[in-house]
Amino acid sequence: MRWLSSLTHKKASDIISDFIVYIMCVLIFIIIAYPLYFVVIASVSNADLVALGEVTMYPKGFSWFAYQKIFEDERVWIGYRNTIFYTVVGTLFNLFLTLPAAYALSRKEFRPRHGLMFYFIFTMFFSGGLIPTYILMKKLGLENTPWVFIVPFSVNIYNLIVTRVYFETSIPQELYEAATLDGCSHLRFFLKIALPLSKPVIAVIALYYIVGHWNDFFTGLIYIRDKNLVPLQLVLRDILIANLVFKEGVGLGGAAGGYAQRYADSIKYALIIVASLPVLVLYPFLQKYFKKGIMFGALKG
Amino acid sequence: MKKESHFHGIFDKILNSIKKDYLLWLMVLPAVIEVFIFHYIPIYGVQLAFREYDFSTGGFGGKWVGLKYFIQFFNSYQFKNILWNTFFISITNIIIGFPIPIILAILINQLRNQRTKEFLQTIVYMPHFISTPVMVGLLIVLLAPNTGIISKFLDALFGIGNLNLLGEPRAFVPLYVLSDVWQHAGWNSIVYLAVLSNVDLELYEACKVDGGGRWHTIRYIELPTLVPTMLILLVLNLGSILGVGFEKIYLMQNPLNIRVSEVISTYVYKMGLLSAQFSYATAIGLFNTVINFTFLSIGNRISKKFTGWSLW
Repeated sequence: MRWLSSLTHKKASDIISDFIVYIMCVLIFIIIAYPLYFVVIASVSNADLVALGEVTMYPKGFSWFAYQKIFEDERVWIGYRNTIFYTVVGTLFNLFLTLPAAYALSRKEFRPRHGLMFYFIFTMFFSGGLIPTYILMKKLGLENTPWVFIVPFSVNIYNLIVTRVYFETSIPQELYEAATLDGCSHLRFFLKIALPLSKPVIAVIALYYIVGHWNDFFTGLIYIRDKNLVPLQLVLRDILIANLVFKEGVGLGGAAGGYAQRYADSIKYALIIVASLPVLVLYPFLQKYFKKGIMFGALKG
Repeated sequence: MKKESHFHGIFDKILNSIKKDYLLWLMVLPAVIEVFIFHYIPIYGVQLAFREYDFSTGGFGGKWVGLKYFIQFFNSYQFKNILWNTFFISITNIIIGFPIPIILAILINQLRNQRTKEFLQTIVYMPHFISTPVMVGLLIVLLAPNTGIISKFLDALFGIGNLNLLGEPRAFVPLYVLSDVWQHAGWNSIVYLAVLSNVDLELYEACKVDGGGRWHTIRYIELPTLVPTMLILLVLNLGSILGVGFEKIYLMQNPLNIRVSEVISTYVYKMGLLSAQFSYATAIGLFNTVINFTFLSIGNRISKKFTGWSLW
């Protein structure tokens, strides 16, 4: 209806403002998308041309060199393998803890739910901080084990609230009443009815957990010493930031050093893509759920 | 006596509730235990800030030393500098980073073509999913002197030559804040877009009938609708005023910019884990939490007074 009325009496000022809106949107599009696009074209271009600034709009001197180097680098493989494991097992564990808890907290007849909510929310504002947490992990024997990525902090309170609000608002009370008449318990109702009806919210919080695990740099930095356990993000830090691109190091000797650095940069571009692609391709599929105001629920809750 | 019976009351209540809703309790219990172990035990461990760390037992205990480590921090020559850096980065980040998602949401909301709108949204959300090491890695390659594309662009515009922006102390905060905006402004606009999508269409109609142009619609319908959400998010932002993200700062640090880039969280990491001064680092962490909480309370008060909305 809104577009209809705008067609019927379109004023000059509206046309101008339309124009301004479009210009600004195009500008935003370029600012956000261009750096990402540039990384893509730079990763498949000749390193010398990239360094000279010849590559701006499309790839030049096409080559898979950087990708080849990455696939030869066992550090990347180890990081990839570990991160996939931490992400898959970790996310399953996250959901296993979050979903039933959110369901229980969403039941109006569950009297202690307000007290329990306070118990959870309190931790969003107060924490023991780095050192007490570190000491605890050491005492629990989690330091330098894969479990430190999976077991600790596996209930994200924000996700818990989002899911609880979704259960509260999207599953009709009558449905539960009808089910209990048939002798359905909470556990059965949760598994057979509530979960299948909650696919959107499960998809969204699963995505948050997946991205959280995939991008987790902190845990590896603090708790992992063993080279075979390092997550991808630590490998990325070594290569992208500490510039340890080639295992032997980028020879810093004069012209040869500069030469090697160009290839190093080329590898960096490619690595950024290899490391980010899995999450970047995942999320557009879930985008339709974001709009439904699923996240907004948390603010109300 | 009275207190005891009160406790009995709560205890009985919980027992009764467990009997009545044991299945629901069973469902929430794993999460309760998880949070107890990994959140509440470290909170209990905060007492380490007032105690000497005992390397032989390695727990939270040790000799009671009171405020020794807090005083050590306040007297440390780095105290002022670190506190200032933390405040400055975080305030700049709020001042620049807070309004942009609102503007972005209003702008995207003006687009009438649904396809264009969704496409733009997909693009602006995307950087949010990039990890911090990748984000900082991006800055490093794109800002590399002579070879980085942004360096080249800035050189063409302002003639910065082969200036190493990442090593330039004056550039640290702008780079930190602007890259944060680039990465998260789109994502942060989602919540505002969700609110805007709930605006009653009749309101728009009414505004049209009254001869209100687009600016009028924004000023008198869309902005006022967003105010409650803005306040909530502002209060929550205030609650993390000293909680500048560790990862990005840490990864952006180098010997050239350390004077402006050392913040509380990176200092805690270095003192605590790299030089094993456990009690000292715990004290600094606690100081940080207390300040954050104070700001959150102030923000909450203000919000309660002026809008009636509050966190608690």
